[in-house]
Amino acid sequence: MEYLKLIGIVIIILGFAFHLDTIAVVVAAIVATGLVSGMSFMQLLTLIGKSFMDNRMVSIFFLTLPMIGVVQSHGLKEAAVSIVNKIKKLSPGKIFNLYLLIREVTCALGISLQGQVQFIAPLINPMAQAAASVKKPLTKKQTDLIKARAAANDNFGNFFSQNIFIAASGTLLMSSTMESLGHSATPINIVLYSIPSAVIVYIIVYFYNRQFDKQFDL
Amino acid sequence: MNTKDILEFFYIFIGIIMIFASIESFRDKSNSARIGTGLFWLILGIIFATGKYLPNFVIGLLIVVIGILALFKQIKVGKVKGPDEKIEKQSAKRLGAWLFLPSLVLAVLSILISQFTKLGGLIGIGVASVGSLIIAIIMTKINFKTTYHDSERMVRSMGTAGILPQLLATLGAVFTAAGVGQVTAKMIAGIFPAGNHLLGVILYCVAMAVFTMIMGNAFAAFAVITAAIGIPFVVAQGGSPAVVAALGMVSGYCGTLVTPMAANFNSLPVALLEMDDNLGVIKQQAPIAIIMLIVQIVLMYFLAF
Repeated sequence: MEYLKLIGIVIIILGFAFHLDTIAVVVAAIVATGLVSGMSFMQLLTLIGKSFMDNRMVSIFFLTLPMIGVVQSHGLKEAAVSIVNKIKKLSPGKIFNLYLLIREVTCALGISLQGQVQFIAPLINPMAQAAASVKKPLTKKQTDLIKARAAANDNFGNFFSQNIFIAASGTLLMSSTMESLGHSATPINIVLYSIPSAVIVYIIVYFYNRQFDKQFDL
Repeated sequence: MNTKDILEFFYIFIGIIMIFASIESFRDKSNSARIGTGLFWLILGIIFATGKYLPNFVIGLLIVVIGILALFKQIKVGKVKGPDEKIEKQSAKRLGAWLFLPSLVLAVLSILISQFTKLGGLIGIGVASVGSLIIAIIMTKINFKTTYHDSERMVRSMGTAGILPQLLATLGAVFTAAGVGQVTAKMIAGIFPAGNHLLGVILYCVAMAVFTMIMGNAFAAFAVITAAIGIPFVVAQGGSPAVVAALGMVSGYCGTLVTPMAANFNSLPVALLEMDDNLGVIKQQAPIAIIMLIVQIVLMYFLAF
């Protein structure tokens, strides 16, 4: 039965969809796929070991952690906050646009901030709400919309620019997976082809955020 | 020394910082799963530092052990002590925007090395990491002990998420060895004819988005869908692997933006910002996600071939 080989795909989809432990799910998918393909247990272990070693490059981003740890414990967040704090007297849309720019640039430099926790909740959301309610108090619905849009902007910046960083885990995963699948794709080329999406999303969201301003009495 | 030896040196370095994380995990009395968590980092540390000298089946066995530890919930991040707020404030006052310098050096130097030397992107990352770490240490005037704790803290707080990308790449390799791509290609070819560039691109990008929505994780979808659809329907038809990978992953992210399965991104802010509408964030993201998915399809069609 050839189709049995697809058991790994089924395990991954169900395991992730049902929020089972991700590592256990992936290892189970690896073992199951190997076993149904007719490998002996020894052959399978050898294949897993070799494949894991061949893909060590994906984890090369661990090398960047000591430096990031040092700057983080010495006020990286504070420094970023003081830059964001300089955003004053702007409309909500303009605040979002500036934050998105900062988020995309820092992401491209490999600075992964916990945007929602460190910036959206304590800074961007209150700033945008204050900016929108200068002339008229906000309705509950408007407040909720601002919160949602602020959170959305953090996700836009994070997702569409993270692969521009050459040592990002996603970039390395792509390069290594393509290699495993028998087609070479260097990290630098992946970075290159990740740039258009980051630029295009900025342009689109820029107008999307400016449009957002129109519902407020500014 | 050839590039392989230099790279091996960097892998040993990674192994050492993982062993730091292991030591501190074993010592973390507040963590109910400290033994399992310590073992997890110890196993990884051993594989990275000495894997070159171990038989492959031993490494395979160790990976299965990690899987078993995870299955029985014996790997937990625990309460990793955050940085000292007083030091953070003082140093931020003193250094200000200079704190971004090491990150800037890391990003720029690694690209320069990979572009203008024969060392390649990986060694570029390694050299730039060490270089930027030295700059950070000089700037902050810290000693070895602080560097040690900053490193182990970062590694430990990654938890199992840190090794997930490499495990998924391993899954991709096992899929290739088992011939999963051929089976799916044959299955799907009954419905969609392989060979049509545009159809192949649409099929791959949409599948990336849909499967990410179901799984809530674009990395996992990438390993599975690229082997099953991306390679046979786009790359094998002459598509550039780098273009297909880069744009395929972003198609997956478009799925992430519209699924409640990606709780970290779409549900966490709802709780954090005390919003009434559970799907509020997703509703704000949906128009952009749809437009960007179409953008990926168009870009891939024109750039890949």
